[in-house]
Amino acid sequence: MAKAKGAIVVDTVRCKGCGVCTTVCPTKVIELAAEVNGKGYHYAYMANPDACIGCSNCGIICPDTCITVYRAKAGATA
Amino acid sequence: MSDINTIIKPENLIYKRTDVLSDNDLSYCPGCGHGTVHKLIAEVIEEMGIQDTTIGIAPVGCSVLAYNYLEIDWQQAAHGRAPALATAVKRLMPEKNVFSYQGDGDLAAIGTAETIHACNRGENIVMIFINNGIYGMTGGQMAPTTLPGMAASTCPHGRDVSHDGEPIKISEILAQLPGTCYVTRQSVHTAANVRKSKKALRKAFENQQANKGTSLVEIVSNCNSGWKMTPIKSNEWMEENMFPYYPLGDIKNQ
Ligand SMILES: Cc1ncc(C[n+]2csc(CCOP(=O)(O)OP(=O)(O)O)c2C)c(N)n1
Ligand code: SF4
Ligand code: SF4
Ligand code: SF4
Ligand SMILES: [Mg+2]
Repeated sequence: MAKAKGAIVVDTVRCKGCGVCTTVCPTKVIELAAEVNGKGYHYAYMANPDACIGCSNCGIICPDTCITVYRAKAGATA
Repeated sequence: MSDINTIIKPENLIYKRTDVLSDNDLSYCPGCGHGTVHKLIAEVIEEMGIQDTTIGIAPVGCSVLAYNYLEIDWQQAAHGRAPALATAVKRLMPEKNVFSYQGDGDLAAIGTAETIHACNRGENIVMIFINNGIYGMTGGQMAPTTLPGMAASTCPHGRDVSHDGEPIKISEILAQLPGTCYVTRQSVHTAANVRKSKKALRKAFENQQANKGTSLVEIVSNCNSGWKMTPIKSNEWMEENMFPYYPLGDIKNQ
């Protein structure tokens, strides 16, 4: 299995479930949860965490700025 | 999942919410481009170190509450009057970084006179223009920017150009005026476009610091509620229908 190079943390309370982040992820990491948050939105989560490359695309596009992005330093064992 | 936990640590942080954004939840509909543009303005302000010296002018429209979302000083203008208020603020406090934030109804309908004359005078301000082709806030009425054939609540069968005229390309008109130094049209619907829009916003604020005149950054954006589409569908529709009429790129760069 591929080793993840990146990871995201979604503020699931703030997320409005718009799904825009899912369209910009080059490795199809993100999906909308079957469950809803307190506002009734299907929040985003890492459905495929091993595929994250830490590109930040999801973070920069999120209109509600609910995604924090981490990327392992090159050479570090993830 | 253990992989993930070894990656999520402070030294690996590469993107986080800027502190120039307040903690308030945005009032915008899910997926609305207004939120992405707010975030980009906040990031540019943070990166330029101008949080204490920037004054925004909020419009009337969905972004009427913009002053709740960025931790800077703000004024809120009557509908369409943001360029006039920005003129006053900048002339009284030339050391401040002053920008207006306006929708297409605000900038290109009720505020057309203020917009054209501020640009013609070459006021040393930044104007940020969110063109979603509709009056979002009031329920999706036709705007001067509504596309031919596009349905809105006041033209349910689509805009009839024989009756309503062609949509106005206000940025192209403003680029003709000698007072504008930079007029560009961007979008925030893909990651690459978000990065380009951020560069454009930064350039606009740098132009103001170099006293170059009026910089106008148009963002062609979605209004998924007004257009009655999901956020993802509205971005696709925007690409197919808005961009052919409102092509992206620099219109003027001096
Ligand atoms: C003097 C005046 N006329 C009309 C209105 C009603 N009004 C509020 S918002 C709006 C249109 C806003 O459209 P736009 O500027 O495109 O912003 P959006 O909501 O689409 O972002 C109108 C006509 C008003 N508030 N004040
Ligand atoms: S873009 Fe932001 S608000 Fe929209 S689903 Fe993704 S995390 Fe949630
Ligand atoms: S950082 Fe890039 S790869 Fe990882 S989830 Fe976000 S968009 Fe996908
Ligand atoms: S009505 Fe349209 S412009 Fe207003 S917040 Fe909703 S999607 Fe955005
Ligand atoms: Mg509008």
